[in-house]
Amino acid sequence: MTDLSPTPDQPAAAKTSLLTLSPRTVKRNSAETRFKAYGIGAIAVGLMMLLVLVATIVGRGTGAFQQTFITVNVELLEAKLDKNGERNIEDIKRVTTFGYAPLLKTAMKNTVSELGIETDLKAKHLAGILSKSAVAQLRAYVLANPDQIGQTVEFRFLAQSRVDGYLKGRVSRESIENDKNISPAQLDLVDALVAAGVIEKTFNLDFILGSDASDQRPEAAGMGVSMLGSLFMMLVVLALALPIGVAASIYLEEFAPKNWITDVIEVNIANLAAVPSIVYGILGLAVFINYMHLPMSAPLVGGLVLTLMTLPTIIISTRASLKAVPPSIRDAALGVGASKMQSVFHHVLPLAAPGILTGTIIGLAQALGETAPLLLIGMVGFIASNAPETIGEGLLSPNSAMPAQIYEWAKRADPAFYERAWGGIIILLVFLVTMNTVAVVLRRRFERRW
Amino acid sequence: MNTMNMMDKTLDTQTTKISARDVNVYYGDTHAIKDVNVEIDANTVTAFIGPSGCGKSTFLRCINRMNDTIDVCRVTGDILLDGEDIYDKRVDPVQLRAKVGMVFQKPNPFPKSIYDNVAYGPKIHGLARNKAEMDEIVEKSLRRAAIWEEVKDRLDAPGTGLSGGQQQRLCIARAIATEPEVLLMDEPCSALDPIATAQVEELIDELRTNFSVVIVTHSMQQAARVSQKTAFFHLGNLVEFGPTGQIFTNPDDPRTESYITGRIG
Repeated sequence: MTDLSPTPDQPAAAKTSLLTLSPRTVKRNSAETRFKAYGIGAIAVGLMMLLVLVATIVGRGTGAFQQTFITVNVELLEAKLDKNGERNIEDIKRVTTFGYAPLLKTAMKNTVSELGIETDLKAKHLAGILSKSAVAQLRAYVLANPDQIGQTVEFRFLAQSRVDGYLKGRVSRESIENDKNISPAQLDLVDALVAAGVIEKTFNLDFILGSDASDQRPEAAGMGVSMLGSLFMMLVVLALALPIGVAASIYLEEFAPKNWITDVIEVNIANLAAVPSIVYGILGLAVFINYMHLPMSAPLVGGLVLTLMTLPTIIISTRASLKAVPPSIRDAALGVGASKMQSVFHHVLPLAAPGILTGTIIGLAQALGETAPLLLIGMVGFIASNAPETIGEGLLSPNSAMPAQIYEWAKRADPAFYERAWGGIIILLVFLVTMNTVAVVLRRRFERRW
Repeated sequence: MNTMNMMDKTLDTQTTKISARDVNVYYGDTHAIKDVNVEIDANTVTAFIGPSGCGKSTFLRCINRMNDTIDVCRVTGDILLDGEDIYDKRVDPVQLRAKVGMVFQKPNPFPKSIYDNVAYGPKIHGLARNKAEMDEIVEKSLRRAAIWEEVKDRLDAPGTGLSGGQQQRLCIARAIATEPEVLLMDEPCSALDPIATAQVEELIDELRTNFSVVIVTHSMQQAARVSQKTAFFHLGNLVEFGPTGQIFTNPDDPRTESYITGRIG
């Protein structure tokens, strides 16, 4: 009922003009303005922090993608490498990397004298500006091409990390006063070789695709093998967490009776999502390695642990997207005589799929960046592994993972590794940003209106 | 509508299709339907009327066991379809719903093409052996739902892109595509404008030749226009059930009269 006349105990308000603001309106408007200012301030602070973060990472990490190389002609002396001259591969293999070192010394001496550079350095120190991996690179080449013995071949060797650091500005003449790895005379030689074009800094694909290297050879270390370790772990997570998570969510959301048991399960799933990841790590150590005797440091075990960690995330997001499908769709399917299962699989699941996919990708991204559980199952540390040949080997042979590799580099003493850690962060972030973008794009593209 | 006309409405048949005996429905502790006994005839439109919350939709949903999907809902008593108790342990509700189709209050087409919307029921029940037969079923159902002319050129367009009235007729086409024996309609016109309502009502009258139709409606004019029998529910009780003409002109119960004349409800 509408009562148009004012009630006696409420006297009619004084006539006001719309052109003047009442004190209440002024107060409300200023409160709104203040709140907007707080919001803009909060966003600005967040953006600034992001900017600082990205700038630091890019500033410190890009150096790792470039490496200093030295181009040298090496004469592959038959007398040193194949005394019998029979080109028998077994004989050639008998020569260790020690046998190759004199070749490098000679090659460096020849290079320097050909270029007419004056230096008092001995041949040993001339070769000292090369990476310790140079002899191994030389030997691998000879074993692969025995017919080249006796010829002079041009090689691009990595420079040792101090030389690389000198070119990148990390190492200076002052900072090497007490450094046994390099002398000022060697830096003079480097300057001369740079001027002659023998030493140059170029993009280093091996940082992205190569394997980790020992403490002595930071210049040779790469992310590639640990990237494969991460890939195999993600395969395990995807193969286990997606089907288990989706099946569990569908059962809980669509089929399970609503009683105290399902309530307890629901609360516990929510709690599991908040369990610190290190707890999953120690669980994996106790169950998968100590009890089930799965191999240590294997991506299979890492994947199993990360599956446990990702399951609650996938279940929660899947249940949320199943809940978001309007009940009228279920009614419609049941109304035409579809069974519960048909209604779920023909109608509800396709509508929930974008949400499920998004949740899964975000869960995977979370797992990809997880380090703590890997510490406990031994996927961290210098793992001298090469790229696996088969999927089985990839799952079972010891490996590291991208975040564990970064952690490992960051804790080594040589500052050259520190630079690689930042570079590794860039690679990891590229993966994470890509995955999150894919999730957003999928949601935008497949989200359907009803 | 002319009162005399309604009195003249003859019932085509007296065969009982559905008979409910002492049906009680509980939602948890709430007693929603109390001792309802009703006989619904074949090839007849039966209207359920009554104020909001009186239990008419609940009773309708009992007829194809849609209430099974609600955990707290409990049904006692017998509902017989052609003499068989649909709440018998041996009855699979899925099989029942193939015989008793349903159209809902809000048009709820699947977010698929118009063709797929209609073809879904026949497909899961295996009613078509090949594409040609399916095309035939889809066309026939859309024609019977009086929407064929409007959509025949865009069967691949999404069903959700149609107007409200078209969507509801699509839902009717979908419900009749499985050749049910009974068609339940839960306020099918409440979301529609008067023109779409008129189209759907006309359709309901035609459907009577093939199906037994039960319709829940808030509009007494609609009940009077489309039904031959009317049941009046009030607070969970079936107050009065009889030929539509009699209910609207000469009700036995004072509550029915009060509701129809607008004094309660």
